[in-house]
Amino acid sequence: MGSGRCAACRYLRRKCTDDCILSPYFPSNNPQRFVSVHRIYGASNVSKLLQRLPTHLRAEAADSLYYEAQCRLEDRVYGCVGLIFLLQQQIHAAESQLIKTQAEIAVMKSQVQHP
Amino acid sequence: MGGSSPCASCKLLRRRCAKDCIFAPYFPSDDPHKFAIVHKVFGASNVSKMLQELPIQQRGDAVSSLVYEANARVRDPVYGCVGAISYLENQVSQLQMQLAVAQTEILCIQMQQESTQILQDHKLFLLPTNNNLDTISQYLNSASSVIQDPPPLKRESLWT
Repeated sequence: MGSGRCAACRYLRRKCTDDCILSPYFPSNNPQRFVSVHRIYGASNVSKLLQRLPTHLRAEAADSLYYEAQCRLEDRVYGCVGLIFLLQQQIHAAESQLIKTQAEIAVMKSQVQHP
Repeated sequence: MGGSSPCASCKLLRRRCAKDCIFAPYFPSDDPHKFAIVHKVFGASNVSKMLQELPIQQRGDAVSSLVYEANARVRDPVYGCVGAISYLENQVSQLQMQLAVAQTEILCIQMQQESTQILQDHKLFLLPTNNNLDTISQYLNSASSVIQDPPPLKRESLWT
């Protein structure tokens, strides 16, 4: 019979109780997931954050914390905010191009009507 | 001779603010909320470790992005910045689709214009006007004086 500890309790070398708040979201078969989140947020902060949420939202919260932690580990300066800047630039470029294309259409249509 | 006031971090953590305090340049005492929110989400110890790993010239930007992320997480405890990323990715997709539609419309207009032009050119050729009737009859008259009757065909075997 194995210890059955979740990844968090295994990493923190503590007993994993039946009501461990981290256990559903940090299973033992994915230790790296907890390590990433712990490095950026700390187990205590993650527990507090999850405790404040209703149970049905905790899985999504754990996933988004993991996503952001991974972004921060890959980009130590900007984390996921770097991606936000990039997307905002893409939106600006696409909007400009769309306005330009729509203006071209208006000119072409007016040429057809008044050759 | 008075000492300088502690930075926002050391004030919140209730400790002495050393001269080489890693937080002091980025968390001035006049903005306590900035450190409070970063501490709430990441923890002072984690922020300190993150800043220590970075060269000094990058720490300012790192703090700004941490503050941004922390604010996003406090506003939306479930999705944090990921909510904003999903929204922006959706906007990019929609704009790209609108752009594709607009570019297709340009192609259609261009094709319409080209086919209209071809039709107009074709009509001019097939339907002689008064102007080109004289020209055509002149041509036919001059051509008939040049064209002779062709010689009779000799039947030769193609296999010889």
